[in-house]
Formats: sequence, C-alpha cells, structure tokens
Amino acid sequence: MAVVKLQRPKLNFGEKIYFGALIKGFILTMTHAVKSLLGKSVGAETLASSGLGVTMQFPEQRWDDHLPEYYRGAPALVTDEQGRERCVSCQLCEFICPPKAIKITPSEIPSDDPWAKVEKRPLEFDIDMTRCIYCGMCEEVCPEQAIYLRKDYLITGLKRADMVHNKKRLYEIGGTRVGLVNKWNELK
Amino acid sequence: MPSYLFWLFSVIMLAGGAAVIAFRNPVASALSVVACFVGLAGLFIGLSAFFVGVIQILVYTGAVMVLFLFIIMLLDLKDEEKSAKPLVPIAAGIGLVAAFTMQLIGVLSRSPDTTAPALDAQTFTVAAAGFPASSKIATNLLSGKLPDVHLIGRTLFTQYNLPLQILGVLLLVATIGVVVLSKRQAD
Amino acid sequence: MDILQIAIILVKIVTLTFLVVLPLVPLSVYFERRFSAIIQDRVGPNRVGIPFSLLGFKKDFHLFGLVQPIADGLKLFLKEDFTPAHVRKAFYWMAPALTVVPALITVCVVPFGSPISIFGHTEKLVIADLDIGPLFVFSVASLSVYGITLAGWSSNSKFPFIGGVRSTAQMISYEIALGLSIVPVLMYYGDLNLGTIVKQQADHGWLLLPLWGHDATHTLSSKLLFWFPAAIAFLIFTISIFAETNRMPFDLPECETELVGGYHTEYSSMKFAMFFMGEYAAMVIGSALIITLFLGGWSIGFGLDAVVEKLHIGDFYYGGFIHMGCFMTKLLAFILFFILVRWTVPRFRYDQLMKLGWVVFFEAALINVFLAALIVAAPQLQAAIIGIGSVLLVILTAAVIWVAKVSEEQPKILRA
Repeated sequence: MAVVKLQRPKLNFGEKIYFGALIKGFILTMTHAVKSLLGKSVGAETLASSGLGVTMQFPEQRWDDHLPEYYRGAPALVTDEQGRERCVSCQLCEFICPPKAIKITPSEIPSDDPWAKVEKRPLEFDIDMTRCIYCGMCEEVCPEQAIYLRKDYLITGLKRADMVHNKKRLYEIGGTRVGLVNKWNELK
Repeated sequence: MPSYLFWLFSVIMLAGGAAVIAFRNPVASALSVVACFVGLAGLFIGLSAFFVGVIQILVYTGAVMVLFLFIIMLLDLKDEEKSAKPLVPIAAGIGLVAAFTMQLIGVLSRSPDTTAPALDAQTFTVAAAGFPASSKIATNLLSGKLPDVHLIGRTLFTQYNLPLQILGVLLLVATIGVVVLSKRQAD
Repeated sequence: MDILQIAIILVKIVTLTFLVVLPLVPLSVYFERRFSAIIQDRVGPNRVGIPFSLLGFKKDFHLFGLVQPIADGLKLFLKEDFTPAHVRKAFYWMAPALTVVPALITVCVVPFGSPISIFGHTEKLVIADLDIGPLFVFSVASLSVYGITLAGWSSNSKFPFIGGVRSTAQMISYEIALGLSIVPVLMYYGDLNLGTIVKQQADHGWLLLPLWGHDATHTLSSKLLFWFPAAIAFLIFTISIFAETNRMPFDLPECETELVGGYHTEYSSMKFAMFFMGEYAAMVIGSALIITLFLGGWSIGFGLDAVVEKLHIGDFYYGGFIHMGCFMTKLLAFILFFILVRWTVPRFRYDQLMKLGWVVFFEAALINVFLAALIVAAPQLQAAIIGIGSVLLVILTAAVIWVAKVSEEQPKILRA
C-alpha cells in the first residue's frame, strides 16, 4: 500500500493568530448578505430570483416557463388526433414500474366499437403518485406511445386517495398528442 | 431574614444532606449535595453575606460538584449494593457524629449568648467610624448598605495577607503538580 | 416590607423576565433564521403572519414572517412528547428545567434602564439591585451546566453522553477565563453593582468608548490608557461567552455532524424546546452582560443621558424607558453579531477549544489583570514602582509566551 506522508502546513504568526481569517470570513458573509438584500447575488438573474438572494418565491413566481423539454413531471395517458385512447393495456408499464405505482385493469373493447380491432383498452388505469418516482420507464417501455411524462409537478392532495390518479385524471393531464406513429387507423 | 425563609433553606439543606446518604444512586446523591449547598447559600444570603453565599454556589455547586458528577458519570458507578451492615463502620460513624456534636455543644456553650446588632443606620454609623471617611466602605455604610465584598477584601488583604499568599502558592504548587503528572502520563 | 413593595417586585419580575427577555428568545430565533438565510443567498421564513384571509379579508398580512417563531413554538407544543424506554426518568425530566431556570434567574441583576420616577417615588429598572451583580450571574449561570450534564447522562445513549461530557468540560474551563477577564473592569469601577457600573459609564464614557464626561478623576488620558486592558478583557469575555453558551464556533456539545444533536438527541417536543430556550436565553443574558460591562448598558452616550433622565410629564420621569429602548437596541445588535459569527466562523476542534481556553485565555486574562492593576494604581504610585511593575509585566508576558511555545506539540506527520 502506498503511503503518502503529509506534513501539516506550517502556519506563520498571522495565520496562527487567526484574526485575519476571521475578518476575511466576516467580509465574505457580509458581502453575501448585502448582495442578497440588493438582489444582486451571483446567479440571481439566471435563477430568476425574487430579488432576495437567489430564491424564487414559489406560489407567486413559478419555474413553469423555464422548464426544459425533457422535464419529467407527472406521468399521464394521451389520446391521439383521432380521439382514440392509445393505451392497449399491455401492462408493460405496470411490470417495469420500479416502485409499482401503476395498476391496470384491462378490458375487452366491445365488438360494436369502431376500434374493436384494437381488442383491448384499460378499464381502470391508476397511478399512485405517492409511489411514483418520475423515472420515465413507463414512457420508455410503452410500445403504443400511450404514456408520457408531462410537465405537471404540483401533485398534491389531502388524502391518500387524492394522490391516486385514475384513468380520467390521467387523460385530463395528458390531453391529445399529435404526430405520433399511428399503428391503428381506419385502414389497418 | 424572615424566619420562614430561614426554615425553608434549613429544611432544604438538611433534606439534601440526609438524601446524600439515603440515595443508593451516586448521581442522585451528588445532586442532593448540590441541593444542600444551594440551601446553605440561601442561608448565607439571608444573613446579608451575599458574597459568601454567591461564592458558595460559584465554587462548590458550580465547579466542585460538577466535577464530582462528571467523574461519577465517566466511571459509570452502579447503584450501591445493599450489603450486610458491618458493625465497625456504623460504630465509627456514630462515634464521629457524637464527637462533632460534643464539639458543637462545647463551642456553643462558650460563645456569648447575645443577639447580633441589627443592621440599622446606627450600627452602620458606628461601624463606618472605623474606616477612613472618604473610603468606599465608609460611604457605603453611611448610605445604609453593607459592603460585604469590600469588607472581606479588606480583611483578606490586610489582616490575613500572609496566609492568603501562602494559600495562593499552595494552589500554584498543586496546579503545577497536576500539569507535571499529566505530562508524564502522556509521554 | 409592605404589600406595595412586594407588588412592585412581582410586576418587575413578570414584565422584565417574561415580557422583555423571554420574547427575545423567539425573536432571536427568527433573526437567526432570517439573517442566516440572507447570508446564504436565501429568503428565510417570510410567510407566517396574521391570517386575515381566514376572517374573510382578501389579503394576509405577512409581517415579514415575524409570527414564524410563534408557529414554531406551537408546533413544538403539539408534538408528541416521547420518552424513550431506556432513559433514567427522574433525571431525564429534571434536565430541561435545570437548563432554562438558571438562564432566566440571571435576568434579575441586569439593569434595563435608568430609574424611573412617578409621584416622587423612584423605581430602579432592575429586579434585584444586588451589590454582587456579575458574580451572581456567573454563579447562577454555572448551575445550568447541571441541566446539560444530566441530560447527557440520563438519556443513557452514546451521542448525548458525549455531548454532555464535552459541554461540562467546556463550560467549566471557560468559566475561569470568563471570571478572570472581567476582574480589570471591576477593579476600574471598584464596584460589583451592575447598576452603578452603568451609571458611571453613562457619566464618564463607555468603557470601550470613553469620549465624553472628562473631569479631574476621569481624565481622557487615563481613560484611553485603560482602553487597552478593557479591550483585551472585552475580547476574552465575549469569546468566552460564546463558549459558555455553546454557540458556534464552540458548539461542540451539539455539533450535528458528529453527535446527531448532542445532549438533547433523545428529547422531543416541549422538553427539547426548553433546551432550545435555555440556550437562546443564555445568549441573550450573555449579550446583556457584555453590553452592561463594556458598552455602556442602557446609556445612550455622548452626554445625552443626563438630558434624557430629566425628561418628564408632570411628576412622571420617563427617561428610564428611553434608556430601556436603547438597551434593547444594543441587545438586538449584539444578538445579530452572535448570529453573524455563527454563520461565519467554522467550528473549532475540541483540542483547539481546550487549548484556547486553558493556554491562551487563562494566561492572557491573568496578565491583563496585572496590566489593569498597574494602570489603575499608577496615579498613586511612584515612578520607580511603576517602572518595576512594567518590567515585571513584560518578563511575565514573555515567560508565558515562551512556556506556551515550548509546550506546544510538534506538528505530527500524518498518514493518508
């Protein structure tokens, strides 16, 4: 094992007496304090600060406009431009979900439905948002491009039940997504 | 001092003293000593000996007993086991108590049975005459205050100056001894 | 002692302790949070205010978050008071009270203002006008070590125990420096009554700012000469107060990175809050003592005190309240200084702390006593004696510095 011998640095008198370092520290903290009060802290602009420090004050100011394209918020189901729910309840997302947040109850599409050839759609699709870790694996694994992580991040509720997103809520968040590959259309 | 305060502090002191030997847990005993000292300090302060009372708390309660407690905790002393009562220690204890009681009776019987002079303006004026007119002690006495700190200081540094210096040297020797002992152990 | 006197004393105790000093505790917690936030480029608690919207108004009044400490206190009250099964119950219950009570008792000798007078009856703005003020504060404050020690021991677990042991050793060590460092001040004033000390500072200039009120016995040169021992005493006393109140940079008894929470690790709810309160109350009292001894207490300074004392409406001389306001301003400024230090200076190592207390401050305070005695007594002494004294002082100082240097451990070679 390599042994590295270190010598403690020799302190000169000024360093031993410690006051210089103290005053330096005071100057540093006070500069921060003054800059913070004037809203001129380093990074205040890029972080869209509220004018006190670098902090954005949440309910009034929001980060929404600055969210990047790849932001991973709440997972949601989408419909396509034909108004068809894209999920075919293959349950791949349910199996891949690391915290087991997704629960799908599959059901057959009745034969009189125009989309009867798709054969299946979810009867229930619950995502427990207290368990979801926003990893995006469901989105990655979905063969039907039916589930996406959206930019919603304010998932709150007063009860555990409020935190479970059911199918209706998921479609509400997801909305319609255009320009997806349409495996299922009038022709096939 | 109002007599009910005297009784209160006496009871605190005596109860603390009794509790020291009654408790089997060493920490509880140490805390009883603290209660005893606080009662004693209360008695001193009630006798207008503010300085002595406060020093009692500062030195004995605040420093000596804290060190005792510290050591008890560090050594992690267990509760004292109930042992068969050997006769010799009990007899020795009783003998000691008896001896001290005799001595106390002896001292009390010989001390003159007079009440101390009341701390009023007249006593102060008489006392102030014994000091230079412009000194702090005299002015304090004449304004009706008992300058106990100044009086103690004056007594210590004039009447008992030599013993005080010797005591100081004694403490210094003890301090140096501790330093030497701890240094030797470290090597 | 008649009923009126007892009533006045009770009123003083209740107002000065519970309405003046105790509210300073949550206030300093608020300042601590806000100021630290500003230093760290954050915002800090700025929301909790008076919830007018609950009463049907449109807007809440947030008061810069000043109600936050009340909300914090309420939270602590409502938390579960959990007593672990392994603690020694009686001592565990006693410890928080033993921390808070001494801190609050010491309030009683702090002079808050000059005497106020109404209908010819003069009343001092101090609970107990004792002639042994600083000693009383030290003696009662030294009792608060019991709370911490007992908390550490009775919790019966390792982190609190180490915290308690550290705290005990630290407080005992620094009490010596604390007591010795103010001896020059007491020698200079020749009095142990804090009220008298402040009165003298109001008349003849603060100890650290002696710029007014010169007369034959208080010449400017003599006061400026005493400024040096006073400044050394101030430095040692202030830093020792930091150590005595377990504040940063000496908060080793409760440093989170090593000891979880230190001696109060096993405490919850209001029992924890009592430790918290005791610590902040000690800080408030420490600041009050520093201000009283070195920075003029309630005095406004620059010769304005005599004017303020004469202000009156009819028979009611209210100057004391103005002085009290001045005292509180100074107190808040000093608390802010405490907070600034906490967020500026990194924590000491334990051996550095002990070395600072025993090797540096103890000796420095002793030499300072010598120096101050020489300066105080100089006018009455012959030049030869002063010369011998100064030579002795220089020799002593050199000897102490030499001994400290020789006994210093050689830097060890570390392995990495």
